[in-house]
Amino acid sequence: MVELVDIIEVENLAKRFDNSVAIQDVSFTIKKGEFVGLLGSNGAGKSTTIQILLGLITPSAGKVRIFGLSPWKERVQVLARTNFSSAYVAMPPNLKVIENLEVFARLYGVRDRKAKIQELMSLFGIEQLSQKMTGALSSGESTRVNLCKALLNDPELLLLDEPTASLDPDIADKVRNLLKQVQKERALTVVYTSHNMIDVEELCQRVLFLHQGRIIAQGTPAELVANLGEESLEEVFISIARDRVRLPHSQQ
Amino acid sequence: MLVVRLDRVFALCYRYFLVLSRSSFRVMDIVFWPVMDLLVWGFVSSYFAKSGGVVSPAVSFLVGGIIFFNVLYRAQQSISVSFLEDLWSRNLLSIFVSPITVAEFVSATYVVGVAQSVTVTIIMSLMASLLYAFDIFSMSWYLIPLFVNLLVMGWWLGLGTTAFILRYGYQAEALAWAVPFLLQPVSAVFYPVSVLPTALQAIAWLLPSTYVFEGMRNILQGGADSTSTLYLVKAALFNLLYWTVTVVFFGKMLSRARERGSLAKIVV
Repeated sequence: MVELVDIIEVENLAKRFDNSVAIQDVSFTIKKGEFVGLLGSNGAGKSTTIQILLGLITPSAGKVRIFGLSPWKERVQVLARTNFSSAYVAMPPNLKVIENLEVFARLYGVRDRKAKIQELMSLFGIEQLSQKMTGALSSGESTRVNLCKALLNDPELLLLDEPTASLDPDIADKVRNLLKQVQKERALTVVYTSHNMIDVEELCQRVLFLHQGRIIAQGTPAELVANLGEESLEEVFISIARDRVRLPHSQQ
Repeated sequence: MLVVRLDRVFALCYRYFLVLSRSSFRVMDIVFWPVMDLLVWGFVSSYFAKSGGVVSPAVSFLVGGIIFFNVLYRAQQSISVSFLEDLWSRNLLSIFVSPITVAEFVSATYVVGVAQSVTVTIIMSLMASLLYAFDIFSMSWYLIPLFVNLLVMGWWLGLGTTAFILRYGYQAEALAWAVPFLLQPVSAVFYPVSVLPTALQAIAWLLPSTYVFEGMRNILQGGADSTSTLYLVKAALFNLLYWTVTVVFFGKMLSRARERGSLAKIVV
């Protein structure tokens, strides 16, 4: 039974850059063990929100607590219990996979590093890559190595930024299945951004839709599709992105 | 900022050494160019000395200047170029969202800087001894404050350069290579401060490197005395002042980069 405690609490969050507003009045909570999708078109405010959660950006207004702690004042404590993976980050290409994982295991203070790395490489089926140079990996292999890195510290919170971007449908499906398995086994709290609606429908228990810096809809993928009278989540996405929907008050 | 866990510092050092040892470009950058400098300028000054145009200590001054300037340059580069390499390999985000403190990140680059500077100094000193009969140990214990002062100056210059890159992004990356050479003409590396125009002399005396190189020349001329000691003490005091100012400046730039989103922009 998953304990229903809030892992992330965001209240009236706003971020302005010079004359533009990236996000405004964003509030949500994410409970332990939830798999939550953060969706929106380009420029909707997803990246800004994730970057605030990671402590890379300070907000202009509002409150953020992760595990009840501040991501800035108690940065090290928060990040020790969190991890992150993105299709857009890499590791030094001229290090072997095992060396890169070893470095991150040390940075996260993992005990029994060898056993943990071995366990994760076996879980993701990439033991044969351990001596390969990281720069020589395919996209699918890179994604799995990045996910290994993201689980090294047994995080309680995992932030995933488009992990299946640039993967072929077969590898993307394998990655989704692995993520489902890992999340279930470890009762992980996951915040997931993706432009792939198949990912979101398969993985996310709840979705937060951002549009022009505000959360304009939230619910399970099925609820959103039904409430907006669309046929799929992809159509919901397009309707919101093109300002074609007027959301009922309960959805706002 | 001030919490430092040695295992994390070790992890980053381990990574820097692996990256460096497998990059022929970086090995070349660290060893090849300083050695070429030493060969070319050493032979040029030997030629002038033989043809009677230059007094004999000038060869020692030039060779000593080349060796010691590389200490400063390596220490500065180890910080700013290591940072840039993480940016270029799109690895910086993973580092910045791991539970590493800024002090640990900077400490690791300091350690790498010391290792690079020591390595280059040993190689260049051996070569200078063989080719120009330059004995670095003739400076006896003064070697330590000379070396440490330049190392510390390289550290705060590197930290300052990195602060600008954090704040202004890729458009500031040229500073990583330019800053030491901007200061070189007014640091009196190869000639005494008295050669400079009066206005530049005033600037020169504000730099720790000037005291180090003036001190080096004084020591090489057999003046290992209170004047040399005073030069090195002044260099240390200026270094302490500038290092403190740079740490505060770096903290402010990091905070500004978080506010303006430039930190996220450059690391993502």
